[in-house]
Amino acid sequence: MEGMTKENMMNYNVNEKGYYGEFGGAFIPEMLYPNVEELRQNYLKVMAEPDFKKEFDQLLKDYVGRPSPLYFAKRLSEKYNTKIYLKREDLNHTGAHKINNTIGQILMAKRLGKTRIIAETGAGQHGVATATVCALMGLECIVYMGEIDIARQAPNVARMKMLGATVVPALSGSRTLKDATNEAIRDWINNPVNTHYIIGSAIGPHPYPDMVTRFQSVISEEIKWQLKEQIGRENPDYVVACIGGGSNAAGTYYHYLHEPDVKIIAVEAAGLGVDSGESAATSVLGHEGVIHGCKTLLMQTKDGQITEPYSISAGLDYPGVGPMHAHLCKTGRAEFMSITDDQAMNAGLDLCKLEGIIPAIESSHALAIFEERTFKPDDVVVVSLSGRGDKDLQNYIEYFKI
Amino acid sequence: MNRINKKLQEDKKLLSIYFTAGYPSLTDTVSIIEDLEKNGVDMIEIGLPFSDPLADGPTIQASSTKALKNGMTTEVLFDQLKDIRKTVSIPLIIMGYFNPMLQYGVEAFCKKCQEIGIDGLIIPDLPVDVYKEDYQAIFEKYGLINVFLITPQTSVERINFIDSVSNGFIYMVSSASVTGSSSGFGDVQTSYFKRIANMNLKNPQVIGFGISDHETFTQATEYAKGAIIGSAFIKHITENGASKTEDFVKSILN
Ligand SMILES: Cc1ncc(COP(=O)(O)O)c(C=O)c1O
Repeated sequence: MEGMTKENMMNYNVNEKGYYGEFGGAFIPEMLYPNVEELRQNYLKVMAEPDFKKEFDQLLKDYVGRPSPLYFAKRLSEKYNTKIYLKREDLNHTGAHKINNTIGQILMAKRLGKTRIIAETGAGQHGVATATVCALMGLECIVYMGEIDIARQAPNVARMKMLGATVVPALSGSRTLKDATNEAIRDWINNPVNTHYIIGSAIGPHPYPDMVTRFQSVISEEIKWQLKEQIGRENPDYVVACIGGGSNAAGTYYHYLHEPDVKIIAVEAAGLGVDSGESAATSVLGHEGVIHGCKTLLMQTKDGQITEPYSISAGLDYPGVGPMHAHLCKTGRAEFMSITDDQAMNAGLDLCKLEGIIPAIESSHALAIFEERTFKPDDVVVVSLSGRGDKDLQNYIEYFKI
Repeated sequence: MNRINKKLQEDKKLLSIYFTAGYPSLTDTVSIIEDLEKNGVDMIEIGLPFSDPLADGPTIQASSTKALKNGMTTEVLFDQLKDIRKTVSIPLIIMGYFNPMLQYGVEAFCKKCQEIGIDGLIIPDLPVDVYKEDYQAIFEKYGLINVFLITPQTSVERINFIDSVSNGFIYMVSSASVTGSSSGFGDVQTSYFKRIANMNLKNPQVIGFGISDHETFTQATEYAKGAIIGSAFIKHITENGASKTEDFVKSILN
């Protein structure tokens, strides 16, 4: 952002109509209007209530285990001759950043008088995080999951069931995350009064991208004071995160969006390679369109049919990105990089050996950029370690023939 | 005058049928339209299939998936319909999701509709607010009627707003559901139908979702100008073949 000052920077937050630049909005069937409108009118008000804040902060502290550490990765930093700090979302209860959002949304749902919770999930991380908070609050929980994902993420399916959730297979379309999201939306259409839909990423119709971003913004809020404590300044030179729909990234960037000296790097899954036909690199392969209720960049045919993405990491296997990220991409505020399956898997194993941390494959994508791009020795680079690798063991075992 | 408006002035209850273009076979589109008219259907919704039809139940989802597999695209549909006005004179509406229209170009799409003789559009995921601000002028330029949905949950204020933006009919969704659900109408629906009928809206109402047979058609049209059948018709041609529209329409109208 050459020549940028705080004063002349563009606004990267959502505007009052629900747009980030030209992206966002609420392209929803009329059947969903009352629900989405109720949320839109209330979410900021509810989030600002002292009671809500107190309960949210308390649960993040005592139940999730926040603040999550900001860890200076010494050996990794030596290897790449720069200063790498890992934001340890992997240490949260349930093993990823997803729970920050589900805690926030379950409290929101209760304030709105909802008694039934639905969610979509791909890898099962968001499903587990949703089932967890529903157990905590004693609310009914239904999780939609593609039939194919159910087969390849058996441990998370078992976790959700143990936590009391009903897991419903999505049998339509390609039977993965996109279709699970469609099924959750259809459920919401069929249950318009008592049900809240906990979307798992910074996607969907306004106000979801903004609401999810605000719940996840605790990540960068903590990074600020943690960096200050550790190195005497709040701002790193770079913040880095992987992007599926973009919730851990949105949370990692949020308090830095309008800090011109902080550069933003967004890491997408290239799958087998951007040009291979088996990829999820939306910023390269996508065009502006409408998916799941918002205008954003998405992978589609010339004819406007949404296409199937591919990544080894189920959490990045989504054909769109949240509208905030589409805007960051289009305006050049963020630098987008794409990382292949192979690069991510190797970066993941590297972190195990160098730092004793087994990362989620999603997070490994963010770690892989150090092989691709050089940083200066005194650059401070904060990477969101969005989740732990327990859920991915089978993948790691098969990939490395362990 | 637009064919939809003219049809709405007729002194009868209207039967409208939805089907998915390119289903069961890619080339069935035109013959289905012609057969429906011949057998007494008043208006047709031609479904432009979409990969992710959020507001549709399993029947229309499956027909859309199949139609796309058959090779249906926006271009192909327009090409199939290019001579439709030589043989068909009832109102024709294209029903589809917004993204394929956006990719074609909204203005180009509308222009093409006018050339072919399409009378209106139903786009479930294009909200009335966005339509009014960004697209109404374009639709009107090409003489197209845009049809909006209301549901039992739609507030009075919003119904009045939708009525003010509409210039054809209002599509009344019978109950909170995706297409193809529900079996029969109970007191809840009837009182909703009555409530809307008593609002004396400027636009007539046509009821859709959950209408599958003579009984539900009769119930719905007691309170509304007409009714739309989709999933039940698609099920019928799935089971009996694309040429079997006559017995279906007869069974509805008796
Ligand atoms: C550990 C982890 N990181 C990242 C993601 C990607 O989601 P998002 O882009 O919303 O952060 C997921 C999604 O399942 C995840 O489980």
